[in-house]
Amino acid sequence: MAEEKRLMKGNEAMGEAAVRAGCDAYFGYPITPQNELTAYMARHMLDKKRVFIQAESEVSAINMVYGAAATGARAMTSSSSPGISLKQEGISYACGADVPIVVINVARSGPGLGGISPAQGDYFQSTRGGGHGDYYHIVLAPKSVQEAADLTYEAFDLADQWRMPAMVLADGMIGQMMEGVVLPQPKDPATRIAKPWASGNRPAGRDCNHVDSTHLVPEEFEQANIARFKRYDEMKKLLPRWEEQHVEDADLILTAYGTSARVSLGAMQMARKLGLKVGLWRPITLWPFPEKRLGELAGKRFLTVEMSMGQYIEDVKLYTHGKSEVSFYGRCGGMIPTEEDLLAEIRRILKK
Amino acid sequence: MGLQQKSVILNPVGCSIWASIYFDFDSVQVPHGRTPAGATAVKRMLPDHLVICYQGDGDLAAIGTAEAVHAANRGEKFTTIFVNNAIYGMTGGQMAPTTLVGQKATTAPYGRDPVEAGMGYPIRVLEMLATLGGTKYLARGAVNNAANTRKTKQYIKKAFEAQMRGEGSTMVEILSQCPTNWAMDPVESVGWVESDMIPFYKLGVVKDELAGSNEESKEAAK
Repeated sequence: MAEEKRLMKGNEAMGEAAVRAGCDAYFGYPITPQNELTAYMARHMLDKKRVFIQAESEVSAINMVYGAAATGARAMTSSSSPGISLKQEGISYACGADVPIVVINVARSGPGLGGISPAQGDYFQSTRGGGHGDYYHIVLAPKSVQEAADLTYEAFDLADQWRMPAMVLADGMIGQMMEGVVLPQPKDPATRIAKPWASGNRPAGRDCNHVDSTHLVPEEFEQANIARFKRYDEMKKLLPRWEEQHVEDADLILTAYGTSARVSLGAMQMARKLGLKVGLWRPITLWPFPEKRLGELAGKRFLTVEMSMGQYIEDVKLYTHGKSEVSFYGRCGGMIPTEEDLLAEIRRILKK
Repeated sequence: MGLQQKSVILNPVGCSIWASIYFDFDSVQVPHGRTPAGATAVKRMLPDHLVICYQGDGDLAAIGTAEAVHAANRGEKFTTIFVNNAIYGMTGGQMAPTTLVGQKATTAPYGRDPVEAGMGYPIRVLEMLATLGGTKYLARGAVNNAANTRKTKQYIKKAFEAQMRGEGSTMVEILSQCPTNWAMDPVESVGWVESDMIPFYKLGVVKDELAGSNEESKEAAK
């Protein structure tokens, strides 16, 4: 089949990518700025006789996702920051019961109801296990409509492979803007990995399957958590992904994810034109974090750029092991940094 | 019904967390109150399965009211087994939404007082759900004696058969003893179901709009 390029909103592109990844069931609840995604799924899931439900709340939606995924189906929900907070209980259960699900957060400004403009204030919640208990899950951070589609498409495979939620952490900018996107080929269901742990369709001779996060015997529960963290260690070796430009000769490395990385790229190019040795380092997997690579760059000077009051900076400091001077430039409340303002900050830091 | 290999039970939070130990079929355990949301999705993915949504009074009528009402209203084709013992069992005897007026609980030490203490009134779940278009069969039984237990079994069978015909939302409420948290011995507790619970939670079919039911049964429910 010829390459198929379309002009799409990020929200729609993520929806189409999910459909093509073989999403069997989608459950959502209206919230701005991700409404186009739910509407897209309504149209295209129902059209294909797949399951679509507009739930009565985000809480209900995430538990529908959990229930569908517990039968072995590919299931997804999407929301925006306040709605993602409501889903955290369900995400914790999915982590505790090792149920693969896909969650898209088209993040907006907070705390509280906040506003509907793009923000990156959900970094801690996303990367630290936003619900109760000891857990992490996959977090993927796209910087463009293309990457939003690609990472959503891949999220289903990653979730299945590692038996845990995979979250795409976008923001209102990625969700709302239109760009050209090359859509992936529909996935052949035959390529899916088997899920012998799922409930339902029990063959004769098989013991009952219980999709369950309950552990009331501390000795057993400790062992189960230790086993899960061994899986996390394996993921830390295999999954980290990042993008970097001009880091080797850089006097200052801009570091950011998602939309703020995009702004940083523009500022870096402007700085380079002025002869300033500025680089860019962008994590694509926020969990597992590309900590090994960042550690190799320890000693370099960093400027973290965020659409928050400073959350991602904590990981930059953590993984440069105190060997780097790490500065912060952030906007919040729905404000997006501009390339010009960022360039001014770069010049201030480099005194040039 | 020959459906053991094609059955999934949704275990809620509460005493019924142990359901997976007692029933020999596949299960999915969900957060407190979210049982109908989980059951909705399981049934949508496995429409040829018998899907049982097992809920206690706290799970269904307090923390999970929204999920219960909306799943019923969508006419989700699973069967809810609603165990009403008018108390929180697992956590040790707190007031439930179905606790009777005057009944004592650790969080209603002077008895449930709907007005002065603002504790509200016991909720008749089936009567509340009967107004919804999606509900097709709602019946209330009890297990305080052999006759009521047999009758309850018939309600459950009828609901399961309706589910497998794809008729819509079905629920059987079961009045159940909790001698431990009622601070009664077992004999006293079956008596209390008869003397106090049944007068308020009337036994019988509350709604029957099943295509598979005869006119007599439908009339009786009205």
